[in-house]
Amino acid sequence: MKAARFDYRRPADILGATAALADEGAKPIAGGQSLGPMLNLRLARPSCVVDISRLPELRRVEERPDGILYGAALTHAEFEDGAVPDPTPGFLARVAHGIAYRAVRNRGTIGGSLAHADPAADWPTTLAALGACVHLAGPAGARELPVEAFILGAFETALMPGEIITGVSVPRRSARARFGYRKSCRKLGEFAEAMCAVLVDPETGTQRLAIGATEARQVVIADARAALGAPETVDEILREAGLAADPAMFRLRREVVRQAIAALDNESQPA
Amino acid sequence: MAAERQDSARTGGGRRHRGIGAPVRRKEDARLLAGRGRFIGDMRFPGQLEAAFLRSSLAHARIKAVHIPPHLAGRAFVHADMAGVKDILAKTGLPGFRVSAQPSLASGKVRFVGEPVVMVLAETRAQAEDWCEEIHVEYEELPANVDMLRAASEGAALIHEDWTENVFLVSSTERNFDEMLQDAPIKVTREVRTSRQCMAPLEGKGCIALFDRTVEQLTLWTSTQMPHIVRSGLAECLGLDTRKIRVVAPDVGGGFGWKGLLQPEEVCCAWASLRLDRPVKWLEDRREHLIAAANCREHHYVMTAYADTEGRLLGLEAQAHVDAGAYSVYPFSACLEGAQVVSNLPGPYNLPAYRCRTYSVCSNKPPIVPYRGVARTGVCTAMELMIDAVARAAGLEPYEVRQRNLVRPDQMPFTSITGKDFDMGDYPESLRRAFAMIGHEGVRARQKAGEPDARRIGLGYAVYCEQGAHGTSVYHGWGIPMVPGIESCGARLTPDGTLEVRIGGQSHGQSMETTLAQVACEVLGIDPDLVNVVHGDTAMTPYSTGTWGSRSAVMAGGAVASACERLAGRIARIGAHLLQAPQEAVTVRDAQVIGPNGSVSFREVAATWYLAPQNLPADIDPDGLDLVAGYRPTVDTGTFSYAAHACVVAVAPETGEVEILDYVIVEDGGVLLNPMVVDGQIYGGTAQGIGTALYEEMVYDEHGQPLASTLADYLLPGAGEMPDVRIAHMETPSPNTRFGQKGIGEGGAIAPPAAIGNAINDALAGLGVEMTVSPMTPRRVREAVQAARARAEGQMSQRLAS
Repeated sequence: MKAARFDYRRPADILGATAALADEGAKPIAGGQSLGPMLNLRLARPSCVVDISRLPELRRVEERPDGILYGAALTHAEFEDGAVPDPTPGFLARVAHGIAYRAVRNRGTIGGSLAHADPAADWPTTLAALGACVHLAGPAGARELPVEAFILGAFETALMPGEIITGVSVPRRSARARFGYRKSCRKLGEFAEAMCAVLVDPETGTQRLAIGATEARQVVIADARAALGAPETVDEILREAGLAADPAMFRLRREVVRQAIAALDNESQPA
Repeated sequence: MAAERQDSARTGGGRRHRGIGAPVRRKEDARLLAGRGRFIGDMRFPGQLEAAFLRSSLAHARIKAVHIPPHLAGRAFVHADMAGVKDILAKTGLPGFRVSAQPSLASGKVRFVGEPVVMVLAETRAQAEDWCEEIHVEYEELPANVDMLRAASEGAALIHEDWTENVFLVSSTERNFDEMLQDAPIKVTREVRTSRQCMAPLEGKGCIALFDRTVEQLTLWTSTQMPHIVRSGLAECLGLDTRKIRVVAPDVGGGFGWKGLLQPEEVCCAWASLRLDRPVKWLEDRREHLIAAANCREHHYVMTAYADTEGRLLGLEAQAHVDAGAYSVYPFSACLEGAQVVSNLPGPYNLPAYRCRTYSVCSNKPPIVPYRGVARTGVCTAMELMIDAVARAAGLEPYEVRQRNLVRPDQMPFTSITGKDFDMGDYPESLRRAFAMIGHEGVRARQKAGEPDARRIGLGYAVYCEQGAHGTSVYHGWGIPMVPGIESCGARLTPDGTLEVRIGGQSHGQSMETTLAQVACEVLGIDPDLVNVVHGDTAMTPYSTGTWGSRSAVMAGGAVASACERLAGRIARIGAHLLQAPQEAVTVRDAQVIGPNGSVSFREVAATWYLAPQNLPADIDPDGLDLVAGYRPTVDTGTFSYAAHACVVAVAPETGEVEILDYVIVEDGGVLLNPMVVDGQIYGGTAQGIGTALYEEMVYDEHGQPLASTLADYLLPGAGEMPDVRIAHMETPSPNTRFGQKGIGEGGAIAPPAAIGNAINDALAGLGVEMTVSPMTPRRVREAVQAARARAEGQMSQRLAS
């Protein structure tokens, strides 16, 4: 399959990008790891593709007292390789290492992953668990949203017409913070069938749990004390989230949540 | 450079052996690994048009109308435009076979999703795809035959309306079967199902057709395993003399059977190039492959095994269905698979009684094409799962039950219950070695101890034998469009004393450019680097049915040896003259003619023949240094390579995840032309077998719509899924072939689903789980575990209630 005809533009700055994206039918592209195949399968048929992958604002890394602001066009590989600093004790690199395949990681971007909002992707669930914020810019100006408020559903986000993700800020975590991450994939590099990320930071008393691969938005539990103490309470959460209808999937999700919690104590467990 | 190498090849004694049995590095890799291969996708001719096919969106429908906008006149073609082009016909001579004619573009009806309906030609593929979107096909939808068991039953909508039922052929056999078997102490019945797959070669299909008016010849470059067969089929469909067609297979990126046929798209492109007088190219993309070429492996079995209390088989009864898809494919037909089920199901075992009936069912899915291993992957899965079921019923180790039933070396050569002539080998020994290599006792001890992560460990075995290189005596009875006969090879000593050998097969991963050069080296002593193996071009090679059926090492290898031996005789005559020695006194060795008083090199012999004929006597044999010779094994019913596979898996009952912890293969390919190449074949086949066991499955909805159209939905095993396979070789020479070699090309893909399936069942036996549907996906594992728990709870509450 070859893509249908489209125009290609590469604006020089965010202003130019949002202006170009004001055209109906225009679509931003960064790494193109999701949009590329969709173009070729003719599932996406934008009139114009606006390349934002080289915008300087989207390639920056800004250290702040409470965390780090990453440009949206930083690649998974840059996180994996430690080419950018990490405000956590290595969680970002660990998650990035397990995203798809290296070829995808070389091009795919953190902002693109959030904008695409595939429920089975690694970043939306991970960043929700880490309490990250999405930075947006558009015709109406700039704004920020917590990841769990930004993602509205499967492939559905709070992005307004003409708006793009400029960055994502990840809060700083203490050296004693622990992160349990588990996903079940049919094979290495595939999208997960079930996933769970858990963050515990004893210094701030943070206990967050996020369940991904839900066919909807992530389930985020901001105060996960009860779940961490008694993983069976997660069953109820899964039921409430409508994730228990299919018994075979319910079993899997439940087990993956348990393993993610267990992985807090043994982070060497495979993702 | 050539001269230098010639000198080093002459150094004699200290020279390392590069003939048969040497792990010579692949000559073709210099080209392929550097990206210098030339595949269809790399080729482009001036004025070339690219084809896109508008394919059926429905599984079964009548075509009411095709609306083509006027501006596409001369660019979009339907069946009616191709008047005079014959349908592709692959009949068999088997009694009761129902004939299906496959039109190159759908005619009147569509019979599977993906069937080509309109061919659109444009300067670029993208443009052709744009134009496809402007064409509208009006259909009247008919009920789709999706499940083969229902398709074969009464009242199903007929796919070919002049038939009486959706069945190509019923094959059956009955040997010594006696109703007394019903009283056997052990009687085990199982239903086994395997799923529909795509072959998924790295390179898809593709072709370019070009008609050259100056020589009035149509050349088709095509990604094929069998250029001479495509040539014959194409000539038949187009009504051209065969001499007017040349078929060339350039570099071909894997075939596995998917490139062993005449394709409708090839006929369409050839026809269009004649009609428009322009080169026409088609390149299958991955989506087309997944949708229109999900064409193999779908079997269903209901089997009953009868055994005594010691686990010795007394008899086997089976009813099998093979989903053969919508048409009979040229040249292998819709029935090779079903008939192989009947003849191969008993596997490598002593079986006293046997009854089997197999239905080759016509369905609204892509037509079946024999995939690496052909029916044997399915029958091995079915039979080996049965052996384990018998073992459980007898309370014995599955290993022990196999040992008690395998054909023994003292029985060799052995004629099986279905008349297969096993040539030579020690099947029990291969299993014994696998038992030792996998560390059977250690695995059993580990199982008892349990795992810290609550996973369950399982050990599984599978044994098979693989008929390869079967020839005339096997195939003539089929009455299909081709019968392999004597294999030919052209050999030519060039004026500088290097060698060309030309074979009609095609090397698309088999490493024949290396291994056949090694055969030439074995016979003539010429360094393989000085041998060109020419293949894949009908204009340059002698006729061959091509590369399929694990036949090339035996057939092409034998033919190269024959041609080189004949050439040696001619070289010797000239060499003897130059040495002024009687012909009986000279020998050919190390690329020289050696006489009592000296030697001359091939280079000198060739230089004399071609460049200085004045130095030859007047009465010299005029036949020269360029010849074609033929070969057929002394017995042509096929070689029987075999192997024992053993594997250890860890299964997580809650997630259904399966990890292969260890995998060993003990195989016997007879004399190995190149052990490194054989290992490569086994690794590749095993990867495909792992795909069959755990990952690959084309799912259809009830309307016959395939539910996977990208590799995100159709899962292939990748490097991360491959265990570190350990291979050991036994080398029992075949008594019937030139060097004792046996065909092993398909074997790796045969046993993994059986070995892995048995290992998973072994792991979960304690939970009361026995799975018989492949692939054994995490979901299927979870569902089986859950069902077993529900059964156990039911029994428990019953017991409490009583």
